[in-house]
Amino acid sequence: MIPPAFDYARPASVDEAVRALADAGEDAKVLAGGQSLLPLLRLRLAFPELVVDVGRIPELRGVREDGDTLVIGAMTTHHDVIHDPLVRRHAGLLASATATVADPAVRHRGTLGGSLAHADPAGDLPAVVLALNGELVAQGPRGRRTLPARDFFVDYLQSALEPDELLVEVRVPKADGWGFHYEKFHRVAQAWATVGVAALVRRDDGHIAEARVGLTNMGSTPLRASATEQALSGAGDAQAVARAAESAAEGTRPSQDTSASPEYREYLARVLTRRAVLAAAGMG
Amino acid sequence: MTDQIVEGEVGRARLRKEDARLITGQTNWTDNISVNGLLHMSILRSPMAHARIGRIDVSPALARPGVVAAFSGSDLADGLGSLPCAWPVTEDIVLPDHPPIAVDEVRYAGDPVAVVVARDRYAAADALEAIEVDYEPLPPVLDLEAALAEDSPLVHSDKGTNRCYVWPLKTGEDFDSVRQRAEVTLKRRYHQQRLIPNAMEPRAVVVTPLPASGEYTLYSATQIPHVLRVMMSLVTGIPEHKLRVIAPDVGGGFGSKLNVCGEDAVALAVARRIGRPVKWTESRSEGYLATHHGRGMIQDIEIAATREGKVLGLKVDLLADMGAYLMLVTPGVPILGAFMYPAIYKMDAYDFTCTGVFTTRTPTDAYRGAGRPEATFAIERIMDELAVELGLDPVELRRRNWIRHEEFPYTSIAGLTYDSGNYEAATEKALGLFDYDKLRAEQADRNHRGDTVRLGIGVSTYTEMCGLAPSRVLRDLRYGAGGWEAATIRMLPTGKVEVVTGTSPHGQGHVTCWSQIAADVLGVPFEDVEVVHGDTKAAPQGMDTYGSRSLVVGGTAVHHAAVKVVEKARKVAAHLLEASENDLEFTNGVFSVKGSPDARRTIQEVAFETFSSHDLPDGMEPTINAEHLVDPDNFSYPHGTHLCAVEVDTETGQTHIRSYVCVDDVGKVVNPMIVEGQVHGGIAQGIAQALYEEAVYDDDGNLVSGTMADYLVPSAADLPDFVTERTETPATSNPLGVKGVGEAGTIASTPAVVNAIVDALRPLGVQDIRMPCTPERVWRAVRSAKEARS
Repeated sequence: MIPPAFDYARPASVDEAVRALADAGEDAKVLAGGQSLLPLLRLRLAFPELVVDVGRIPELRGVREDGDTLVIGAMTTHHDVIHDPLVRRHAGLLASATATVADPAVRHRGTLGGSLAHADPAGDLPAVVLALNGELVAQGPRGRRTLPARDFFVDYLQSALEPDELLVEVRVPKADGWGFHYEKFHRVAQAWATVGVAALVRRDDGHIAEARVGLTNMGSTPLRASATEQALSGAGDAQAVARAAESAAEGTRPSQDTSASPEYREYLARVLTRRAVLAAAGMG
Repeated sequence: MTDQIVEGEVGRARLRKEDARLITGQTNWTDNISVNGLLHMSILRSPMAHARIGRIDVSPALARPGVVAAFSGSDLADGLGSLPCAWPVTEDIVLPDHPPIAVDEVRYAGDPVAVVVARDRYAAADALEAIEVDYEPLPPVLDLEAALAEDSPLVHSDKGTNRCYVWPLKTGEDFDSVRQRAEVTLKRRYHQQRLIPNAMEPRAVVVTPLPASGEYTLYSATQIPHVLRVMMSLVTGIPEHKLRVIAPDVGGGFGSKLNVCGEDAVALAVARRIGRPVKWTESRSEGYLATHHGRGMIQDIEIAATREGKVLGLKVDLLADMGAYLMLVTPGVPILGAFMYPAIYKMDAYDFTCTGVFTTRTPTDAYRGAGRPEATFAIERIMDELAVELGLDPVELRRRNWIRHEEFPYTSIAGLTYDSGNYEAATEKALGLFDYDKLRAEQADRNHRGDTVRLGIGVSTYTEMCGLAPSRVLRDLRYGAGGWEAATIRMLPTGKVEVVTGTSPHGQGHVTCWSQIAADVLGVPFEDVEVVHGDTKAAPQGMDTYGSRSLVVGGTAVHHAAVKVVEKARKVAAHLLEASENDLEFTNGVFSVKGSPDARRTIQEVAFETFSSHDLPDGMEPTINAEHLVDPDNFSYPHGTHLCAVEVDTETGQTHIRSYVCVDDVGKVVNPMIVEGQVHGGIAQGIAQALYEEAVYDDDGNLVSGTMADYLVPSAADLPDFVTERTETPATSNPLGVKGVGEAGTIASTPAVVNAIVDALRPLGVQDIRMPCTPERVWRAVRSAKEARS
């Protein structure tokens, strides 16, 4: 298919990008790596008047440390996230989950910020950043604001970004010493997750001291399996983890598509949560 | 890959001549073609499965920037006939009118209703939104059984029925009496889901008119330029001699380009109307709606056998989804399968009936294997069920029933004469490579332990009828055309060679293989041969490429034409050497006089002497070029044994293919690398049907799996390493001994995979899983088996 006509701007700085967005009002879309927006345009599911390409703004790329926090530029590609030494050392969950995104071509073009701002609950990275207690930094005409991931994902394909705001960076607390695992269940390698589970586990003396579980594709936004997280506290063996995982689908509202029914997704969430937590805790 | 010492070109794993061009972007896809003044066509398609068309107003589109013309179906109806069905399988078949663009009624979501022609493709696409169409919805017809009920809504109301045809084949003893004396009978129902072909290159058309002379050139991404020319002439009324069809480089087809499409006819009609060149290229999602689908059948199969496992008879009742219209060979696809249900087995009775049914869905037609994969699936699935019923190993049951190698030639219960084969050899080799006994032991161990990940072993043997086809058989099957093929060999003055073929490659590697065949016969270097194809002006005679026919029929024609060239050249050489033809030897391209090795002429020298014609034998035509048309005496019958081991996670339902071994017997091999590529791709496509692909419709008849996000085509990352080996039992029906390989992998792999999954889950009480065996379906099957047991 062919996209409908749109105007195109390629700002050289964040300020310029924000001005372009502010001038355009409701009808602008930000083009990051293009791996989600371009298909939407080509299928004529999106009709922006203006596409603001932020692909040539150097300050939006790269990873740096800020004390106990990793700061990842929104336009850092999946490929760069996967191979970045800081990410691998301090946020291994993000690196390993990003390695499951689509295929190499997509990972070379697609960006962390792009996939978060797209707010697709079937995307792998929203649930991962949610589990990491990440924060998202938006810049708009009124300056910068920082949103915790749990407030950022509002609904299906809808984030808390205002139309004139640009996601500029992702801040992730270092998770040194935490065990992690991303359990992705999909039918073919390049497909979206039918269900995905991002698990982070801090162990203390053979028991799980704290666990965080993010769920991919289990509702209109990425979710945390809060009941399971609570039940995992103090779990000391595989049976306890399995019991805790039984509540993984509580409060979820998964959708129906050609790959899975809601019932099956809920069932998968329980199985995959058990597997992810066991793997993260080194109990598997 | 089988290593063997090869002296000539045939049998050598030559790199494909085609590929440098194809993979470096220097190729000539239809969509790459540009001519002065080219306009772009876009097509408005029905958003409804079934509706009466009220008012269509294209005028708002005309007001859009860049738009040159816009037409509704009725605007173009004058001068556009019905699209042809070349295979009316019975005398009383219901043949509905099939306008290339809908006029009064739309009958599937995607049926074309109007077109826009604009200066660029963007303007053409944008302007579609301005066209106003009033639809009066009619009830969709989606369920094959319900469609045959008296009170069903009709797809074609003027025909009074959704039953397209009933085609019976009863041979041998009466099945009912065989059933009476059988000790065991089993009845199963299998579903062949609809599949969407996914050629890498979508369909595309360019029409360049020459108004002054009334000539038209139609570039089309087609498998069948020759058939297309005849049919387009009939549909549009453009005289055949004024219509040239060119299939440039074509990027795959799998049957989806074996058709005479409405879009080609509409592009011709539009170009004729406005006198300007027009291009149309479909998008992937447009192709999903409007390029024909494959499969789409319900198979009721019953097998009768003795306790010892001797199959006595087979009964098959087939419901085949035609979709909304009959395309080129729609009704014939299941009939090709009719002959293959008895497969490699001996039996006393065969009773087959196929009922074709119209639905308000995209028309079906040939898809890799066309009828034969469906047949092989059903027989190989029920043979596994029979083995379980009798407590026999599935390989042993097959062994007790197959035709033994010393029994060839063998006329099957369905009436085909299999010329050659060795099922024992292929199976033994496969079992050895697979380590069958060791896997069975591991399976028993896992079952004993109650492992949540079960191991399953799937067996599938197969044969297929390839090399389509003897023209007289086609006549008897009521197919409209013949099955011959043509080749011409031109010896150029400098000794280079042009092979003109009537086959139309779209990825198969004909240029390479035909070069190998011609090089061997003519004794010229492989590099000195060029192959001309896919242009009705340059290669005017042909029946094109489908049904694993090209090598068997077209390659044979090349062989014979080359032999004729040598015979003509021998006359010239004998004259030049002042020797008798009988005293000449011809080796490696050199004619020499027996006993006087210095008296010699190369075939290249003879070519030049013929060009100059200064000293030819008296009365000889000044050419050594030759043409040969061949009509095959019989089909060819590749066969093989495929073995698949799967691990099924009974908790999630996920299937992982652990190993896959196939031993195919495709007769003599011209190019082992190409054969292996065909087998790899074929297996992948068959696995795709078993596990991943399905055209899903909602209750209103809308295609839900309308993009590649929902229609899952597996990639290399999802597939195991394949162990591909061969046995070689030459075909006796052609001088090359070849049998064809284009469809083999697709035919055998689907039942091998599903048999393996069911084999893994049988200890849990699972008897069948409907394709595609998605994780959810496997999970549900395991769950209901558990519930049934408790």
